[in-house]
Formats: sequence, structure tokens, C-alpha cells
Amino acid sequence: MDILINALEQMFTPATAAFAIAAIGLNFHFGLTGLLNMGQAGFMLLGMYGYAISVREGLPMWAAILVAMGAAMLFGLLLGWPTLKLRGDYLAIVTIAAAEIVRYVGRSNTLVNVTGGSLGIKGKDYKGPLEDLSPFPDERITVGPFTYHGSASDSWWLRVVAWTLVALFLLLFWRLSNSPWGRVLKGIREDEDAVRSLGKNVYWYKMQALIIGGVIGALGGVIWAHGSAVVADAMGRPTTFWVWTILLLGGAATVMGPVVGSVVFWAALSLIRALAKAFIPESILPSTAIEPFGLMLVGIALILLVVFRPQGILGNKKELAFHA
Amino acid sequence: MPDTTVLDGVAHEPGVAKPDPILIADGVVRRFGGLTAVNVGHFEVQRNTITALIGPNGAGKSTFFNLLTSFDTAQEGSGTFDGKPLRKVSPHKVARSGMVRTFQLTKALEGMSVMENMRLGAQDQPGESLLTAFVPPLWKAREREITEQAHDLLHRFKLYEKRDDSAGSLSGGQRKLLEMARALMSKPTMVMLDEPMAGVNPALTESLLEHIIELKDEGMTVLFVEHDMHMVRRISDWVAVMAQGELIAEGPASTVMQNEAVQDAYLGAHHDTDLGEDL
Repeated sequence: MDILINALEQMFTPATAAFAIAAIGLNFHFGLTGLLNMGQAGFMLLGMYGYAISVREGLPMWAAILVAMGAAMLFGLLLGWPTLKLRGDYLAIVTIAAAEIVRYVGRSNTLVNVTGGSLGIKGKDYKGPLEDLSPFPDERITVGPFTYHGSASDSWWLRVVAWTLVALFLLLFWRLSNSPWGRVLKGIREDEDAVRSLGKNVYWYKMQALIIGGVIGALGGVIWAHGSAVVADAMGRPTTFWVWTILLLGGAATVMGPVVGSVVFWAALSLIRALAKAFIPESILPSTAIEPFGLMLVGIALILLVVFRPQGILGNKKELAFHA
Repeated sequence: MPDTTVLDGVAHEPGVAKPDPILIADGVVRRFGGLTAVNVGHFEVQRNTITALIGPNGAGKSTFFNLLTSFDTAQEGSGTFDGKPLRKVSPHKVARSGMVRTFQLTKALEGMSVMENMRLGAQDQPGESLLTAFVPPLWKAREREITEQAHDLLHRFKLYEKRDDSAGSLSGGQRKLLEMARALMSKPTMVMLDEPMAGVNPALTESLLEHIIELKDEGMTVLFVEHDMHMVRRISDWVAVMAQGELIAEGPASTVMQNEAVQDAYLGAHHDTDLGEDL
């Protein structure tokens, strides 16, 4: 019973929402436009740094949000400018490297006064402004089987904010993907030369998609940071691959895919860990190996997904399967 | 009816000037490493005619075609389309200025429906810009116009019943038709067809030919690359022949086929090509 409640809890954590947001961003990249952004974690990390550092240095909350978005926008411009004229694979190579560069620069000792080095930035330095806005009481609140603090850190308030943001971005994706603008992007995904021959500035459209998806990813990072802390190493390559798994699991190019993917992904991961702990004896699988074991299963699940259900849970195979 | 006699007084020689050219290319050279793929001294296409660009395999037709539509960039040379310079203009701007192309390997957008393919061909849809896309009232009216125009074209190309199917479910010939219809959505002045008959079954060939002739009747200019000499004879007012990257002959189909240089180029390349004399 505890195992099930735990899995249920995992479905609605701020982290689940944050990953859903990052996957909505990636849905603009890959789902709509076919861009292979392998560095979504880099966008998330930039958002986290942009927000946390701005707040710590005394900027108001709205300005900090703008800084986070601006950082992601610049990052997108910088990456897209040389690569979007080339074939798709180049963007993949450049983004994966660039995201690692952001992480290494963030955790380097030289910048310890700015980014906090490998220890990162502590929650109390930047969580204040959002928590001050909370309408909930400053104490632990129990609803049904769930007990969280009202306002602080991993709280009811953060859950409300995070899932409201998810809803807003879903609405944004729905509106844009069903507009003539989204139609051009879908055309580019199919064959960019054809779209060029119809008089559309393909390069500029790809740039817009890269930036929008990256900015959304950065805001996902800000939400994630409110649930835990700003630590560079939390946003390494595995994070990017989780976001990809979530998008492909839910169904790329679908509106609800990222949310379904994120909810199923985190609940399943928690279930796997709990079941492994409960049923596999310590002598076969020591408790220190449970975490890697769960992640290994994620890898296997991703492979099976690409092979047997490339369109994901909600996707339409005719429209888009993972064939890049 | 377009005036088909306008080219009567024009000499039958490569690079000859036309009375009212819509497309002019001058000194176009394209090299790939040490290989000169295209080296065309001068070439003009007469407005509101159907001009065929033929030649044996490897003659540089498709490369020249890509250069004219800016999908490839020449090392040397210049060109104008409808009086506007073409050099270093990006391909989408060439398309917007009224010269729309199709591709040898058909580029139907297979994951999208036939209707969405058509709508994508239209110009001046304000909803294609990011900010207006948020506000449907700003683009719904234009969307209705586009849809109506697409319906007319789909009726004409006998694809109306397929409008909600995905383009990937069409046959090869139907995809060619869709690509042509989609190009017409932009109301072009010149249509460039890269091997419109490649892979089309004989039953559809006839209707494709009719459609190309209709384009001329509507005042458009057509330039097409083709291998099928029967077709070239049937519909073209003027034929330009390329071999080894150069323009070697020009003239009406009947004269060009008799040209010695042309026969050499073809017979030298592949001996048993049917030049279509028996039609």
C-alpha cells in the first residue's frame, strides 16, 4: 500500500511537473520541428542559474524570471546560429557538448562565488520570493494520504504553481501547434527543402522553435530548482535523456504527451525501486545498487519503446515516429 | 490563348535572345571540386511558354535547375527573374518572388494531410508569424480564403476526395499532382518542374500533360527538366539541350531532334535512346 501511495505521490511532485515542462519545450524542438536538441538539461541549468543568481543578488522575482528566459534565449541563438543551416545531426552534437560546457563552467571552482561551484546555490538564497507569495499557511498540511508543507520548498504551493505552469505551456503548445505557424514547423520536420520551395524562411522558423523550446526548458529548470536546489551535476546528460524518454514515452508531437510521459516515467521509476527493494533479496541486489538498477531499466525501456512503439503512448505513428 | 508564334522568328542556336524573357541566366559556372558540372554562357526563357530542358544523364540539367532556383549557389555568373537579380538570393525569396519549383524526388510532406500540404503552399498567411499565431481572429479569414483556393485546385487535380488523407498514402503519380497543385497555391508566375513524369504511371501521364498545358493557358511560364522525349514533343514550345554542363542546342522540338550535336550527345551517351521521332 505504501508503495502505491509513494508512486501516486511521485506523479505530482514539482520535479515531475518540471520534467513535463522541459519535455513540452523539447516537444517544440523535436515533436513539431524535428530538431534534435540533445542539450535540454543545459537550457534548464541556465534557467536555474539565471533565476537563482538574480534573486540572490537582490533582483525582484519578475526580473529574475526574465534573466532566466533571456539566458536560454541567448543560448539558443548561439547554438542555432551556426548549426541550423546544417543537417540535423550537427545540432545534436553541438547541443550535447554545449550543455556539458554549461555544467562544467557552473561547477568549476573559479566561479565558486557566482555559481557556488560543485556545491551549487542553496535554496534559502533564492526560494524566498516565490514562497512569500504563497497563500497557504506556514505549516504542514495533510490532505488524504499526502502531507506536505504549505509554503516552504517541496510544498503544496510549489505543486500548485508548477502544475499551473504545466497547464499554461500545454495551452501554448496547443495554440501554436494548431496555427499556420505550427503547420510550417511540421512541414520543416517532414522536409525542409519542400518548405523552402514554398517561400518560407526555414532557418528563421527553426530558430524560433529552438528558442521557444529552450526558454520553456529554462522555466522547467526554475521549477525544479524550487523543489530541490541549484546543483550543476543534477543537470547532466542523464537529465537530457530522461526528458527525451518522457517525450517519446508520452508521444512526441502530441499536446498531452509530455505530461503523460513525465507522470508515467516518475511513477514507474518509483514503483520499480520500491518493488526491487521489497522483493529482491539484499544478497542479489544490495540497496546501493537499487538506484542504478532503476535507471538501467529506464534505458532498456527507452530501447524497447523506440523499437516497438516508436510513436509513444499517445502518438500517431503516421504523423511522427522516432526515425531520426 | 497565349501566342505560340512568338518564338517563330528566334534563331535556333544555343544562348539565343528571346523577345520577352522572364528568366535570364548569364555565365553560370558550377564546379564540384575539379569537375565543372555546369557552364552555361547565356540562357533565356521566353515569358508564357513551355520550355523543356533536356539532355543525357549527367548533362548538368538538375544542377542548372537548382542554380536557377537558388537551391544551389554558382561560383560564377548572374541571373534575373522578372527583372529582379537572382544572385545570392535565398531560395525562399526566389519562391516568394513568383518562381516556384517541384522536385525530381517528389517532396510531398507525407506526415501531413493533403489539405495541410496545400495550405502550406499559400503565401501571405499572417498566422505564419509567431505573434499573430496566438490570435486566431487575425488569421482565420485568410485561412478560409486559402482553404477555398485549395478546394478549387484539388478538384482540378482530382485529389479532392483525398483531401483528408495523409499525403504518404497517395500513389507516386498522385504525389506529383499534389506537389504541382501545392506549388500553384502561391499563384506563381513561373513554375519549374524537375522531371514531372518520373515514376508516374501511364494512366496519369496524360492528365499531368493537360495540367502543364493549362498552366500556360493561365499565363504562367513553365520550364521543365525531362527525359521522356514523347512528352517533350507533345507540350513544349521550345527545347534547350544540355550536354556535359553546356548548352549545346536550342529550338523547337522538331528541329532540335535533328540537330547533329544533340544526336551525338544522346547516341554517345546511350545508344538506344528513343528520341521520339515516331510520334
